Amino acid sequence: MVEVHDVVDVMGASMEAPTNQQLIDFVIHEARLIDQHRLDEWLDLFTDDGIYWMPLEWGQTDPKLTTSLMYEDKLLLTIRIERLKGKRTYSQKPKSRCHHVLQTPQIDKRDEANNEFVTWTPMHYVETRYDDQQLYAAWATHTLAVVDGKLRIRLKRVDLVNCDAAFGNIQLFM
Amino acid sequence: MTRYRGNVEAVRNLVRETEVHRDVYIDDEVFALEMEHLFANAWIYVGTTIGAQPVLMVRHTDDSVKELHNRCPHKGTRITTDTCGNTGKFFRCPYHAWTFRTDGSLFFIPLRKGYENTGLETSHASEGISPVRHVRNYRGFVFAKLNDTGPDFEEFFGESLSSIDNMVDRSPAGRLEVAGGVLRYMHNCNWKMLVENQTDTTHPMVAHESSAGTAIEVWKKAPPGAKKPMAVEIYAPFMAPYEFFENMGIRVWPNGHGHTGVHHSIHSDYSAVPGYFESMAAAYGEERAKAILDENRHNTIYFPNLMVKGPIQLLRLFKPIAADKTLVESWTFRLVDAPDMLLERTLMYNRLINAPTSVVGHDDLEMYERAQEGLRVDANQWINVQRLYDPSERHDATAVANGTTEWQMRNQFRAWSKFMTLSM
Repeated sequence: MVEVHDVVDVMGASMEAPTNQQLIDFVIHEARLIDQHRLDEWLDLFTDDGIYWMPLEWGQTDPKLTTSLMYEDKLLLTIRIERLKGKRTYSQKPKSRCHHVLQTPQIDKRDEANNEFVTWTPMHYVETRYDDQQLYAAWATHTLAVVDGKLRIRLKRVDLVNCDAAFGNIQLFM
Repeated sequence: MTRYRGNVEAVRNLVRETEVHRDVYIDDEVFALEMEHLFANAWIYVGTTIGAQPVLMVRHTDDSVKELHNRCPHKGTRITTDTCGNTGKFFRCPYHAWTFRTDGSLFFIPLRKGYENTGLETSHASEGISPVRHVRNYRGFVFAKLNDTGPDFEEFFGESLSSIDNMVDRSPAGRLEVAGGVLRYMHNCNWKMLVENQTDTTHPMVAHESSAGTAIEVWKKAPPGAKKPMAVEIYAPFMAPYEFFENMGIRVWPNGHGHTGVHHSIHSDYSAVPGYFESMAAAYGEERAKAILDENRHNTIYFPNLMVKGPIQLLRLFKPIAADKTLVESWTFRLVDAPDMLLERTLMYNRLINAPTSVVGHDDLEMYERAQEGLRVDANQWINVQRLYDPSERHDATAVANGTTEWQMRNQFRAWSKFMTLSM
């Protein structure tokens, strides 16, 4: 019998220093969790002080004294995810769906001494609701660390190619 | 078929004492008339457009602010597409290099001899870039009026300017700086739905239960004694009970202006920022500083399409694009000489509430877009604005009322009718 292979099995194995392939698999797996609406599992990928950041400005360096589209810690991400489950979440009746197409993540940094690994991933992201389908192009930068033998996200930064454009609702996670 | 153009009675009939006809939101002809009349007769907060028309704003050599129609007098090319910058002493059209002083007057045309003995001096083109005739810079906020008809600046805004005053006074230096970047959010709905929402105090606990209510529920699971984060301080008041909003009060002013939060508001109970009151007291004296900061106005409407939020230094501009399309720009300000923490809070508020990624904004936009579609129903063509209506209610009055009244919405529509028909 052939076992269905989900990279989550790879994620389950304890590690000390991740291989490049493990970093790549992690980033691809993370996008898959979002596409499959497995958002509780997705949130668990973040460290306790992990941040999801979507800058508003091209090349933005300051997340707090410059406005961002999103700059959210685990509390704010939890609120978003719990809200999506609610009965009175009107903007999600009907629900949105999303779809990622990633280029192979590139390893920008391997700093084993400081437990910091950075990947860079160009991607296209589609969000749909009703008859409306929006396409976004972005670069995802993941700052990862090994915590208790598992890869975790310290910072996921999503830079939209048109970050300063006027958007309608963007309701899920890129 | 024209139903409204040239028919001032038909336009007047769209607004009744306690209801308005759906055509004010969905009819393309009414929208076109709004751009021609309402947005020309009223004082409009400006940057790059007045209604549908591109303008540019520039500081002239004498330090005054000029507002110019953003088209070359030659072929109509927009002179600049920059949202900010320094043009130097002149504007130069990128098409044929006609050059203008910063008051719009024509300075230079290449190969000028081609116009000798052509009578150019009597043409529209020789007048240069036309200036907007009525411009007023009020404490750094620039408003303009296209038509000669309509009241002057002071008469139009009256006491409502006190909300801008309070926002600027909150800086120990008495000065604001644009800061943080502009959130731009596209809405497939009529611009007036957004303006009405600003003083709609019976929707937060309903439409925003999913966001603010969830924030409260999630925070309940925090360890006991944990300090309430800024984000929860911002979200939680949206779930305040009806009594809170009834008691906050609404003030209406003539010409469609008004504000929520006369006595208190959703911004009243934010944590104090260390060092801020001390610097305010040093600048103004303790008593005056306290008076400035005790004012917690929620949303102030500057009719027709601007909202100012003094206590958190933010404004939202509802830019009409079509009957069913509105661009919302949310601008933020730094209080000069105040701690950075205040700007940080302002920006957090802006992204949590006003961004296209905001879970509060998502549900508001959902309501507007559902209304834009629902108004196609022929069986009922009227929108109700009757809450706490009193038949003795005065038009164009200054008054304070229960915070859940729809008086301010009625106030806006009375002003709408007035400024729409003033030049018809």
